Amino acid sequence: MLGGEIEVTILESQGEQVKIGIKAPRHLKIYRKEVYEQIVKENQEAIESVPSSFEGFKNLLK
Amino acid sequence: MKIKTKYLGEIEINEEHIIIFEEGIPGFIDLHKYVILNLGDNTPFVTLQSIENSELAFILLSPFNFYPDYEINLEENIQQELGIKSPEDVMLYSIVVIPEDIKQMRANLKAPVVINIKNKKGKQVIIESEKYPVRYYIYEENASLQNTGEAR
Repeated sequence: MLGGEIEVTILESQGEQVKIGIKAPRHLKIYRKEVYEQIVKENQEAIESVPSSFEGFKNLLK
Repeated sequence: MKIKTKYLGEIEINEEHIIIFEEGIPGFIDLHKYVILNLGDNTPFVTLQSIENSELAFILLSPFNFYPDYEINLEENIQQELGIKSPEDVMLYSIVVIPEDIKQMRANLKAPVVINIKNKKGKQVIIESEKYPVRYYIYEENASLQNTGEAR
């Protein structure tokens, strides 16, 4: 149990693979860490990669 | 109030237009106040400008601009968190990445920016559906755009 609210159980263990189950109240969102990290990385790239001027792209997709 | 912006210099904004991201935006969780600014009269792009850091500004597009059938199911807890009562309360945006090679422009359909325009609460929501990718390459996916919209 984590914080009295979240229950973690081992569902299956086979060799090097372990399947884990997580039970949590609906208001707690559970994301795979990779997904969240991918969003963080994409947001950082969004900030870094944008041209310093918007003149070059603002006429796209009109 | 006057604010400094990344793309538009110093401008005057109405404080009532400030959008609060209570949890920040992934990667920038310490910043909570943003404003959406038009980049011009004749462009679909807008910017999500941080009030607290003038250098921090995302470029956004409405996903319906390039993905007319885009549809997400906002879970109840997120509707509650943002105080959303009807679909008309909601504005949806995708954060775009615009590399030098503009044809590689991509939009994040997996984690749209959801804004309740009534109470000015915003959140970047990560949707569970596997249907929409983090990197949706707008030009590759839209053949009709291939020959238009060249960068100048």
